[in-house]
Amino acid sequence: MFHFMKDQIQAAKPSRRSFLKMSAAGAGGFILAASLPGASRKAAASGGEFAQPFVHIRPDNKVVVLIKHLDMGQGNATGLATLIADEMDADAAQVETNFAPANAELYKNLAFGMQGTGGSTAMANSFQQYRAAGAAAKAMLVAAAARKWGVPVSTITVSKGVVTSTSGQSSNFGDLAALAANEDIPAEPVLKTPDQWVYIGKSFPRVDVPAKSRGSVGLYGMDHQAENMLVAVLARPPRFGAVPAGFDAAKAREVKGVVDVVQVPSGVAVLATSTWPAIAGRDLLAVTWDESGAETRGTDEMAKELAGMTATKGISVPGSHGDAEAAIASAAKVIEVDYAFPFLAHAPMEPLDITVFFDGEKAEFWTGSQFQTIDQMVSSRILGLTPDKVTINTSWAGGSFGRRAQPDSHYFAEAALIAKARLEAGNAAQPIKVVWTREDDIRGGYYRPMVSHKAKVGFDDKGQVTGWSHRVAAKSIMQGTAFEQFAMKDGVDSTSVEGIGELPYELPAFQTEVHNAKTPVPVLWWRSVGHTHTGYVAETMMDRLAKEAGEDPLDYRLKRIKNERLAGVLKLVAEKANWSTPLPEGRYRGIAAVESFGSYVAEVAEISFREDGTVKVEKVTCAVDCGLPVNPDNIKAQVEGGVGYGLGAVLRNEITMTDGQVDQSNFDTYLPLRMTDMPEVEVHIVPSTEAPTGIGEPGTPPVGPAVANAIAAAKGEWVTELPFSRHGYA
Amino acid sequence: MSISLTLNGTSRTIDADPETPLLWVLRDELGMTGTKFGCGIAQCGACTVHLDGMPIRSCQTQIGDLEGSSITTIEGVSGKAADAVRSAWEELSAAQCGYCQSGQILAASALLSETPKPTDDDIDAAMDGNVCRCATYARIRQAIHVAAEKMGA
Repeated sequence: MFHFMKDQIQAAKPSRRSFLKMSAAGAGGFILAASLPGASRKAAASGGEFAQPFVHIRPDNKVVVLIKHLDMGQGNATGLATLIADEMDADAAQVETNFAPANAELYKNLAFGMQGTGGSTAMANSFQQYRAAGAAAKAMLVAAAARKWGVPVSTITVSKGVVTSTSGQSSNFGDLAALAANEDIPAEPVLKTPDQWVYIGKSFPRVDVPAKSRGSVGLYGMDHQAENMLVAVLARPPRFGAVPAGFDAAKAREVKGVVDVVQVPSGVAVLATSTWPAIAGRDLLAVTWDESGAETRGTDEMAKELAGMTATKGISVPGSHGDAEAAIASAAKVIEVDYAFPFLAHAPMEPLDITVFFDGEKAEFWTGSQFQTIDQMVSSRILGLTPDKVTINTSWAGGSFGRRAQPDSHYFAEAALIAKARLEAGNAAQPIKVVWTREDDIRGGYYRPMVSHKAKVGFDDKGQVTGWSHRVAAKSIMQGTAFEQFAMKDGVDSTSVEGIGELPYELPAFQTEVHNAKTPVPVLWWRSVGHTHTGYVAETMMDRLAKEAGEDPLDYRLKRIKNERLAGVLKLVAEKANWSTPLPEGRYRGIAAVESFGSYVAEVAEISFREDGTVKVEKVTCAVDCGLPVNPDNIKAQVEGGVGYGLGAVLRNEITMTDGQVDQSNFDTYLPLRMTDMPEVEVHIVPSTEAPTGIGEPGTPPVGPAVANAIAAAKGEWVTELPFSRHGYA
Repeated sequence: MSISLTLNGTSRTIDADPETPLLWVLRDELGMTGTKFGCGIAQCGACTVHLDGMPIRSCQTQIGDLEGSSITTIEGVSGKAADAVRSAWEELSAAQCGYCQSGQILAASALLSETPKPTDDDIDAAMDGNVCRCATYARIRQAIHVAAEKMGA
């Protein structure tokens, strides 16, 4: 996601060489925020034009790293702390993290140009920036020590949080913090060379596990507490596109604790003194809905519409080459394969929540904000404030998988509208926490789009491909959002076709077209975005093509692969999974490789079948190339989790609708992957000195096609209509 | 209605509508937010607490039914099993987003208190009701084995 933004930023952004030094915050602590000149950025990760680090050293010797991203479990807080700690030579035990406030100038994602997290960019865009911040802070500590002790800088070394001079003096960071704050920020802090790294590429303890293992207070937005706070739960439209036309709240108001009922465009909010009466009151509301603009079709009808679209010519996607249609017309054999992918809910463990306080002059929010800049802009506009009057306190998020990355900031907007309505009705300002129940979450839309693919491939008489014509139909994620103007070019939304506009394999003629379907059902990026379906299609098709050619699926890929790093992970995973050795009876393997967000992941799934015919995924072996592995254990954790997340979806997840109403509502109908479903996952990381790329998403795309290819190895047929549960495999 | 119970080893008297789920009493009335709201229908285990040492779903447990009982939450769980579990959790970085982890830790601690050397099947049986959308299941399983070793050491 957001490659379009990278292009935009690189083209438009002026070079910024000014340094920004903020005043000391608190007694003796110093905060450093520096913009570094281009000269120190020659190894910068893609998108990084200049750096803005942020580190706080407290008198109590704590190093607090300000995290400009949302950590929703993917570990970027630990990753960014690792960079600072390493360059500062801090002791891991003295490092803490805080989420940075919403401030696009200071904390923009260098890949986006705004503050936000997504597209597996956190480490990629921050790598040089945070290292430079750490290096600058260390240089200032050293300069302060040299001045204090009257010794040359060259006599000073720093190790594990201790500054030492060869003349005998030593100090911790905290005691030097106030002095260091007065030192000049170095114009070009000297970064360590890789051989000097103590944490990067090795290990650094996760900063969040202790607090998350103890039920610590205030970690998540859902846990926000405040004096005099109200909790709002909304009756939401039964169909997408419906709006409230009126309501009868008599019964709701009888619930002890309910204090108010407020209508906003997204529904009717019951406000209570705590969550339980708000839920109980909401359930007793009688709301009349205006469904004139609502989606009243079921998903079966929508699927038919999408499949119908792929039968007709669509918008040409860049990346095509050769005349695929002509090649197919004169082919010895043609196959046509239709794929159908369902809507998917993100279903993070923490349903959406947000607390707002608005007093007419300023506003404050508490939540796991993922697009801080957009959330700040949207809510400030609604509240009639300038963005600087809107404070966002970003908390840890209990998952997101894309759900909180909102182009329309709908949940911020909703909270702002409720707070505004309350104030305008003459109520005193008080904090309001909007809580989404699991049913609200599952039925709330912003799904991975429903998608239809049609692959038409021509072969010569030896089973070799002569041409491949491909069509995709889906509702565009970008169209109709603020991103559309620069995210869509000539009607093509890259998030609909990323991964299938151009294949990583050498084929004689290849072309892709796309159709943008329309529906009021809101759609959104879901962990790995377009690759969730394009990777499945491309990699199950490659197995079909190998079969037509009578070749081994791995050999077939390697012979045609254009990208060395993708070839590298394929070879590594094949070796680690013993691809060429026979399996015991009843076991089957499948392989798949997908590049997403600049990272390369290949996976081999080994499966068996239970007595009832369902698939048991025994083991998934993964090979990953995400450039320089900053924190190898976190890379492994993300790939393990990414495999589980992708597997759960292909096994049995789908949001369906009947007459426009969502059929699922909670984890009893939208069945999550559980412990008993989880395969053994083995992750191998390719050693690399390339700029680090992301790992939050890339583990997800290959698992579906790897398992599908294993099923096909057993049954001779590929599942083309997801999820597998539709075909008795789950 | 007034309910007397023991919460994390301390006697408490709680004044609440007896039908209120324990989950919301803990979170909203007592400010103990370590116990999480995930589904509200006992399908995800994020709200797991111990009732007299046994894991239960607090979202489906009415406060009115708890007169005289002993409740332990993530904020108070301790002892050989819980300490070993926390230590193993940190050692293996078992958490990602962490939202389900209170429930996972309560479920794992209860398992290890009953079955100090659990097999993979024991772990499946005890932990299958605890959903982790980050799918850190492999590490949770491994951490339970590590915790068992720590307890035996």
